Amino acid sequence: MSSRRVVAAAVLVTACLTVTSCVGAKKAAGPGDPQRNANAAHATLTISTNAISGGKNAQEADWITKELIPAFEKAEKAKGKNVTVTYQANGIDDAKYGEKLELSLKAGGGPDIYVIGGDSLSKYAAAGYIAPLETIVGPKANDWPGWKQVDAPVKKNVSLNGKYYGVPTGVDGRVLFYNRKLFAKAGLPATWQPTSWADILAAGRKLAKLPGVTPIQVDAGTPMGEATTMQGFLPLLAGAGAEIYDAKTHKYQGDTKALRDALGFYRTLYRTAKLGDPKLQQDPNGRDESFTEFSQGKLGIIGESDYLWRSIVCPTKSVCNATSMPDRDKTVGYAMIPAERPGTGVGGQDFVSMSGGGGFTINPHTKYPQQAWDLLTFMRSATQIKAQLGSTVQITANKQVNDEILARDPALKYIADKVIPITRFRPSEEHYGAVGALLEEATGQVVAGKSIDEVAQAYERGVVKLVGANHVTSD
Amino acid sequence: MSAPEDGPARAARQAVARVGRYVFAGLVLVFFALPLVWLVATPFARTPSYRVPAPSFTLHNFRVLFDNPYAVRSIGNSLVLAAGTALLAVVFAGTAAYALSRVRLPGRDAVLYAILLLSSIVTGTAAMVPIFLMLFQLDLIDNRLALILVLTGGLLPSAMFILKDFMDTVPRSYEESARVFGASPFQILRHVVAPVVRPGLATIAVWAVVQVWGNFLLPYILLRDPGKQPAAVIMYTFYDEGGQPNFALISTFSLLYSVPVVLCYLLVNRRYGFRFQGGIKG
Amino acid sequence: MSARTTSPRTERGPATDVAGLGTGRALLFVLPALALIGAFLVFPALWTLYLGVLKYDLAGSNAAAPQFVGLGNYLDALTDPRFGNALVLTVAFVGLSAVLGQNVLGFLLAVVLRDAVSWVRGTVNAVVLLAWILPGTVVVFLWQALLDRGGGTLNAILGTPGAAWTLDHPLATIVVFNVWRGTAFSMLLYSAALGAVPRSQLETARTYGAGPLRTLCDVVLPHIRGHILTNTLLITLWTFNDFAPYMLTGGGPDHRSETLPVYVYRTSIEGGALGYGSAISLIMLVINLVIALVYLRLLRRRSA
Repeated sequence: MSSRRVVAAAVLVTACLTVTSCVGAKKAAGPGDPQRNANAAHATLTISTNAISGGKNAQEADWITKELIPAFEKAEKAKGKNVTVTYQANGIDDAKYGEKLELSLKAGGGPDIYVIGGDSLSKYAAAGYIAPLETIVGPKANDWPGWKQVDAPVKKNVSLNGKYYGVPTGVDGRVLFYNRKLFAKAGLPATWQPTSWADILAAGRKLAKLPGVTPIQVDAGTPMGEATTMQGFLPLLAGAGAEIYDAKTHKYQGDTKALRDALGFYRTLYRTAKLGDPKLQQDPNGRDESFTEFSQGKLGIIGESDYLWRSIVCPTKSVCNATSMPDRDKTVGYAMIPAERPGTGVGGQDFVSMSGGGGFTINPHTKYPQQAWDLLTFMRSATQIKAQLGSTVQITANKQVNDEILARDPALKYIADKVIPITRFRPSEEHYGAVGALLEEATGQVVAGKSIDEVAQAYERGVVKLVGANHVTSD
Repeated sequence: MSAPEDGPARAARQAVARVGRYVFAGLVLVFFALPLVWLVATPFARTPSYRVPAPSFTLHNFRVLFDNPYAVRSIGNSLVLAAGTALLAVVFAGTAAYALSRVRLPGRDAVLYAILLLSSIVTGTAAMVPIFLMLFQLDLIDNRLALILVLTGGLLPSAMFILKDFMDTVPRSYEESARVFGASPFQILRHVVAPVVRPGLATIAVWAVVQVWGNFLLPYILLRDPGKQPAAVIMYTFYDEGGQPNFALISTFSLLYSVPVVLCYLLVNRRYGFRFQGGIKG
Repeated sequence: MSARTTSPRTERGPATDVAGLGTGRALLFVLPALALIGAFLVFPALWTLYLGVLKYDLAGSNAAAPQFVGLGNYLDALTDPRFGNALVLTVAFVGLSAVLGQNVLGFLLAVVLRDAVSWVRGTVNAVVLLAWILPGTVVVFLWQALLDRGGGTLNAILGTPGAAWTLDHPLATIVVFNVWRGTAFSMLLYSAALGAVPRSQLETARTYGAGPLRTLCDVVLPHIRGHILTNTLLITLWTFNDFAPYMLTGGGPDHRSETLPVYVYRTSIEGGALGYGSAISLIMLVINLVIALVYLRLLRRRSA
């Protein structure tokens, strides 16, 4: 009877090995002929974004299914082409969405068109999940008339080594939002523009006298996730005169003066001057909690993206729900983020900001590259961009559309005019995600009370381990 | 010890013990019931949030829930996945546990323990990679039956482990007499053994339902169409336009999502008794 | 020893093939289960072990061409202070919440409810079981509402507004949570076990004037020793691999509730290194194996 068992075990092992080998065998090939299936009688395309009707980013999901797809299919039919587009809705935690997308792409599948963040470009390119548009669809990708409508910094969000990997969606900017009512109570001006970190802290000290008010919120720590780097650490680092990654020298910031200065601001804010709530930085719901406090007039100053203005404290109850502020336009002020001192910012700037954004891209393994390109450019036409926004306002990647819609919202116009020209973007280097996690950790430890030197050294050890000592600056 | 003195003292001690027991039961009840307050109170609150609401009553949140295109459907999807997995787990674990209990296959115990231990590392993203790639190659992504098979595979070791113990307790004499009457082994399992271990099978079924009911990662990764996604996945999509959790949806859905699994337990408990045999043999 | 002769366990003889299955048909009966386990459990498990010697990410250059690093991942793990921290926390978490918490509370509940009025038994049973069968996502919201800093139920009851339980006492929070979540299993198992203790022996103990503690030690425990070991083994393994603490505290603050499964998740997802995560999974498997072997040794000693 043991021989039978051996046979059974052997069958099992063989089955496992067969599966393993065929899994290993199918290596994702590079993009093929751009003209493949260009004249197919019937083409099918799928779009995937992290949105779902009735849930997360519902407006986007509804735009794609109810407006974009019918309009595109109709337009293609008019050209004598038969194209069916399906939408894969998700609407889940961003990290989980990325995981599923990467798994599908790794397997050689995945949607034909999907969204990619500017910071994951190089990570995806290195894995072969994206390719320059010109190699997928041909030279016409570079001659697209729509490029003329895109500002130069926004193009950076979808380019790598001078080549376009996608078509940009939009851009955002970070500013300091403040509560004018609290400012009045604390004897601060109604229109406020700090010109140094000391100015911010000085305002905070006055706000601290108001009972039940947390003066300042600058995101820190791991639970805040990417908000820590984007709304907090990176703008501070830029204000101290450095960018986290220098694309020319291919070096990350290690234990440098700029890094220590930025961490020092956190230390003053949360430990020495006690102008922020350290507990909030440790709370898994801390960011949501900071929004709630700001909307209820319990928080004086908050460093945030224009997302706060558009989607958290907007007067429209149906969009912003519990955190909406009916008197937003009167109560909420906004100011540029100052450098440490005037002129100390990166590039000698007086004011700094960080921006994010990304674009739609085409799967290099799509069966229908030409049809996908048609859809991609159709999606980014002025008409469809406006359809996507509906009644909301956002800084898009299209100058013509921006001119039309930004007049409706002075705050966004301010950010588009004043902030975007001086802003910086996250580096598109494949280790940036892991470095960002180290920065979250470092800021969290400073807020928890560890010494700057200790934290900065531990951070540097982490970065060196990731990218090697010759890719790290230290002074 | 003289009996006359002992009597009243003992009665008093017993009374104290009884009071102590009920106080203990009361405290335990409060401890276990306290977190459940949110589940029953928030769905009817005017401004649902992370917090247990002040008393107020509205059915508006349920309106919001029924307007969501995926919410109600996802409960049905969960039922399909849970029922399918529970059925397969009971049948496959049952036959396997019976055979392992009655026939001494070489290395039986070692194999049982090995797969039980292996089941503990097949979690999280790393294990998703091979499963996803395998199903992708077989073109079985977005296929519910494939998902049910994967889910079953994950539950079988523990199910076999627990069921084998039930099988061990079935008196051999029943099977012997059935065999005398010429019943085949499968008939014996079906008509003689299964009824005796019914509480065990029911327990495994409920346990499987509970496991599948809460499983997020496997269905999320292996299904594409949100119309097929179960409640555990859809629950994670309930955000406002601004990315804030939508508590009108979350609170009402929590209640709706909890009811079937509780009913399933109650039903099975009433019919078969829900219990564990314990003392699983080494 | 004499107690064992009256135990129903004596019916379990060595495996005797009374139904005439034969090895062939027995294999047939086992085959479907083994096939599924082989495909969806053994295969991914072996794959996970294989990933442990690679630098393997979902994106980036290590996705296109994973690098072989040998034991590099294992050395990294064993020298990472965060791993040591996670290991200590996991041992504390398992010891306090499962071995002590669930075990003792489950046993006490089984004892107390055994003689309780039926409606009390029914109510307590139902509530304890509810904590066990409710879906994890729902349970997370329940506990957030309970422990919330601003308006949590606990702060309202204790009159401690602003107390941040999850931040100030992260380990205690996840321990109490796990006791709440998992005690039902121990309770059910011990209820079944106590049913196997012959009433006649309890009566005998009582007539001889044995106190409750004596009765417990001399009559009850010897009967249910096997159940205690089994229960402890299962809840230890489950708790060891339990990811639920992450949903409550996110592993923080400052890694103070970062148990091993949380550590694996945070390094492999947030750090993007699946190979490294797999290596730690294997280390965890080895620890699980050691735990299981210790229990088995204890169990053998009992039956010897």
